[in-house]
Amino acid sequence: MEMFHALVPVVDSAVRLAVPLLFACLAGLYAERAGVFDIGLEGKMLIAAFAAGAVAAVSGSPWLGLLAAVLASSSFALLHGFATITHRGNQIVSGVAINIIAAGLTAQLGVTWFQRGGQTPQLSAQSRFLEIELPGAAFLRDVPVLGGIYSSILSGHSLLVYIAFLMVPLTWWVIYRTRFGLRLRAVGENPAAADTAGISVAYQRYMAVLCGGVLCGFAGSYLSIAQSSSFIRDMTAGKGFIALAALVFAKWRPVPAMAACLLFGLLDAINIRLQGTPIRGIGILPVQLMQAVPYVLTVALLAGFIGRAVPPKAGGIPYVKEH
Amino acid sequence: MNRYADLPWWADYLLIPLLNLAAAIALSAILLIAIGEDPLQAVQIIAEGAFGQAEGLGYTLFYATNFIFTGLAFAVAYHAGLFNIGAEGQAYVAGLGVAFVCLYLDFLPRPLIIILAAIAAGTCGAAWAFIPGYLQAKRGSHIVITTIMFNFIAGALIVYLLVNHLSPAGSMQPETRTFSPTARLPLLHDIFELFGLSISHSPLNASFFWALICCVLFYILIWRTKLGYELRTLGANPLAAVYGAMSPPRLIIIAMMLSGALAGFMALNEIMGSQHRMILDYTSGYGFVGIAVALMGRAHPVGILLAAVLFGALYQGGAELAFERPAITRDMIVLLQGLVIMMAGGLEHLFRPNVEKLFAMRRPSIAGAR
Amino acid sequence: MASPERRRIPSDSPTAIELRNIVKHFGSVHANRGVSLQIKRGTIHGIIGENGAGKSTLMSILYGFYRADAGEILINGSAVVIRSPAEAIALGIGMVHQHFMLVENFTVLENIVLGAEGGHILNRGLAEARNAVNMLKRDYGLDVPAGTLISDLPVGLQQRVEILKALYRRAEILILDEPTGVLTPKEADHLFAVLRKLRDEGKTLILITHKLREVMAVTDSVSVMRKGELVATLDTGSTTPAELAALMVGRSVSLTATKSHRKTGRCILELREVCYTDATGVERLKNISFALHEGEILGIAGVAGNGQSELLEVVSGMLRPTAGDILLHGKSCLGMSAKSLRKRGVAHVPEDRQHMGLVMSFEACENVILGYHDNAIYGSFGLLNRQMVIDDARRKMHAYDVRPPLPLLYASLFSGGNQQKLVLAREIDRHPDILIVGQPTRGVDIGAIEFIHQRLIELRDRGKAILLVSVELDEIRSLSDRILTMCNGLVVGECTPAAAESAISLMMAGISPDKAA
Repeated sequence: MEMFHALVPVVDSAVRLAVPLLFACLAGLYAERAGVFDIGLEGKMLIAAFAAGAVAAVSGSPWLGLLAAVLASSSFALLHGFATITHRGNQIVSGVAINIIAAGLTAQLGVTWFQRGGQTPQLSAQSRFLEIELPGAAFLRDVPVLGGIYSSILSGHSLLVYIAFLMVPLTWWVIYRTRFGLRLRAVGENPAAADTAGISVAYQRYMAVLCGGVLCGFAGSYLSIAQSSSFIRDMTAGKGFIALAALVFAKWRPVPAMAACLLFGLLDAINIRLQGTPIRGIGILPVQLMQAVPYVLTVALLAGFIGRAVPPKAGGIPYVKEH
Repeated sequence: MNRYADLPWWADYLLIPLLNLAAAIALSAILLIAIGEDPLQAVQIIAEGAFGQAEGLGYTLFYATNFIFTGLAFAVAYHAGLFNIGAEGQAYVAGLGVAFVCLYLDFLPRPLIIILAAIAAGTCGAAWAFIPGYLQAKRGSHIVITTIMFNFIAGALIVYLLVNHLSPAGSMQPETRTFSPTARLPLLHDIFELFGLSISHSPLNASFFWALICCVLFYILIWRTKLGYELRTLGANPLAAVYGAMSPPRLIIIAMMLSGALAGFMALNEIMGSQHRMILDYTSGYGFVGIAVALMGRAHPVGILLAAVLFGALYQGGAELAFERPAITRDMIVLLQGLVIMMAGGLEHLFRPNVEKLFAMRRPSIAGAR
Repeated sequence: MASPERRRIPSDSPTAIELRNIVKHFGSVHANRGVSLQIKRGTIHGIIGENGAGKSTLMSILYGFYRADAGEILINGSAVVIRSPAEAIALGIGMVHQHFMLVENFTVLENIVLGAEGGHILNRGLAEARNAVNMLKRDYGLDVPAGTLISDLPVGLQQRVEILKALYRRAEILILDEPTGVLTPKEADHLFAVLRKLRDEGKTLILITHKLREVMAVTDSVSVMRKGELVATLDTGSTTPAELAALMVGRSVSLTATKSHRKTGRCILELREVCYTDATGVERLKNISFALHEGEILGIAGVAGNGQSELLEVVSGMLRPTAGDILLHGKSCLGMSAKSLRKRGVAHVPEDRQHMGLVMSFEACENVILGYHDNAIYGSFGLLNRQMVIDDARRKMHAYDVRPPLPLLYASLFSGGNQQKLVLAREIDRHPDILIVGQPTRGVDIGAIEFIHQRLIELRDRGKAILLVSVELDEIRSLSDRILTMCNGLVVGECTPAAAESAISLMMAGISPDKAA
């Protein structure tokens, strides 16, 4: 029972930590399943976080902040698309460029507009996405086990958290049960087949990249106006790359992506919880060891030690009609 | 690398990079105007800060040294058709090697320390690049993803070591102790003093010469050795490489190790030449910019040298700009760098073909026996 | 095989497709030179020709992949403009590609509906499709499990999916590009039955192929293309394989290279029961046995795609045979790498000089050392002595009449003939004991052809052995001392150059001399 009470806050924390990863991971899923490598998730999240923080501070409305974040992130996504799809540019370099552009732009604009060393103003409660208590949470709190799960882990998150988890079945449905998803997967596996079937490869890829942009907008918003109450310089701190690792680890599928993000979120939560606390028989686990685990796992997967991860076949290759 | 069209060397290594830069500056100018600054004045300050005074030039070349190493690193793998995004991590781990030599072997005579540190830097960088290379060669693991992952693993590893083992007892900072005077690279300033010449102070140090030597060695390797020939063949036409009895797995591993070693030498410049200790995150983005330097420089040492100086100038000039115009931060330069990377890499097909067309109009076609 | 039923073509049958004067260039390559063709509805029409004859380009124009530079297309009598595959599909044209356009990790059904899903929600579209597909399967005998992934299907079944795709989009005109390339004879027969059924229902089928057997088996009429032109259109019933073969290979400039009769020496290379099955499971070489002697040119004749490419790659060490043995100087060299074979005097001029024999983005001198760069004359201690490389290249280029003899010129800027001479210079100049050469004069101009032939004969006169693979029968006959003809992975028969062309043509069609008698 004590174990349970010790676990609950950790799992609750894991959920919160997993949310930005989940949004970004799903964003990457759309783009990469369509054959467009996207290592610019980090940059898109960052610009989204900044836009959300800035607009929410100025307007007082979290919804406007969310909208701004989505618009900002989507424009960067379209830039990536423009370079890689229309101009058949190198997808990796474009992603790297976007990350750097976002880092520079957010910091400069932050200083110019708000003069707080790049931070946006602290948001009041109305300007953020606050925690929502699910119906009956207080009432059920004392019910053994289930009550704790319901009231502490499931309830009490901000709206964006619930949206994030709803995105998983939605993405699953879109990718596997709609025409859009079928075509998206087709242009990622065999664009020539899609082309000869009368589908526009460029259009499909742009749409995919745009979906990714929208989701990154949510990811960034969560960071600055839900999880925190302002944007701080470089607040994404590598989350975009962990999301990428989670995507690879999940073999580019939506439900395993959720599992991977929760796993990585859990590792992060445990890491924070355990800091400095010795484990029986092992001693103090270095913080950094736990931080490295997601990356090590991904490499192990890629090396074929824990199953095989096969990326979408046409990933990374600009589509040119064969002559 | 595609060399179907014949552009004169200066178009390749000067004109197109300058066009990329001009386009990036034009876009940045929009932001500059929006925050109330004069773009032309900004460019002037950057140029003066980078090249105007001798001290600025020293800093410019100091930064350029880093970019030369990371640019060469990306380029050597690129010639073999590989995308090594892991220069950050490789340089980081190389820093460990350098720190180890400088901290624990500083009883040796200075030249020996320097040589050992260089060997340690190269070896550690190569070792860190070996695993992704091996995985790509033998197991088909995508090198881009593995090298990105290894960057982060390196980060975690180094932080752990710095915090727990390498920082002096009682220190709150995650960094090693300062190296003793013999475990430092001589500054160019000091070297010139020996000859009675006086140049201004800057962190520019002896590793700059090593960077230049590496450019020459790079050229020799890629275009004047049999190994280099094999690397280029693999990158240009893997099928012809197999026909030509070369071994792709062996070449992939060798290319990655060379790449890692070059990235590793960056540690000499920063840790042994300038900071004289190992701190967190000393690689701070140099690895990624190296990608742009290599692409802009068409993976050729002359182009890389020029592009490295360009980016070094942006770094140094940008610092000046941030100093003189408080409204502009260092991040403006980061933005500019990102835009240049986008122009030179992501949007390269926007520039090159049009320049080639311009040249094609002016010259008669090559008289190949058609 | 039962005698194929052939429909008399009613003369009042409306014309399904008419092409008028189609012209298409790719840069300086003239892929289609004013091709005009009429295909009647309800027939199976074959378009036959060698690789590079222009047949695939023509059909790609019909399917909207390319736009013709000049000419008109009429479908059912009305002029149309086809700008994309989507427009072709809308006109009722379907294509079964040579390299399947299928998504490997989709199911059969998903591949069929791709592009015609019938609405945003897949389930609804798939349910409708399933019914339609079941009907098609029944009607045409194209049985394929709808829920299986493409990657789990053997190649023969994959092709059925390609056909179903076109039929599902209500194609009335079906173009099949080299359909039997990856099929076993049994699967090919089944395909023909399906095609006949489709024809009987009134569909118009166009079969692009280079295989005479197919054309004779299933088409009602056939057009022959050669070097971008339509050479002849015939009623299949009134022609013979020999006649078609002759039209296909054409009457190029008769190159009777003067060749003295020489006594051949001892056996230098021997193949014993060599078999090779490729990665897709198709047997490409079946029990190939022959001997190659010093001072002899052994020509391998046959229409392309009958195993000759695999033979070259097996002998040169790039591929390992799945069975059988290869003896070099009497000792087995099975499993030896291309590098070791080169050191033992086996040189290889590949069929595809652009993708294998040369690195197009390298300079000529860098191409001259490909495969031999380890040699000590080019530098020691791992270094490459550029001056030596350039001088060697210049010498070779002069000796082999490569024009212009500029070692620093990029390979891509040379004409086809000069590129080929460059490859030959590299391989022959070293006095190899055995030269394996494929399609030595493909895409090469007349002057260079003569030069190349002289060099080959010279090599043979010096007592070396040459294994020559070519689809140009004239070339084979003028150069070879002995000729083996391959068809379908087998050596059908051996003859001398003096043999009647008709005999060789028959062998190319797979009919061995004993059977023909």
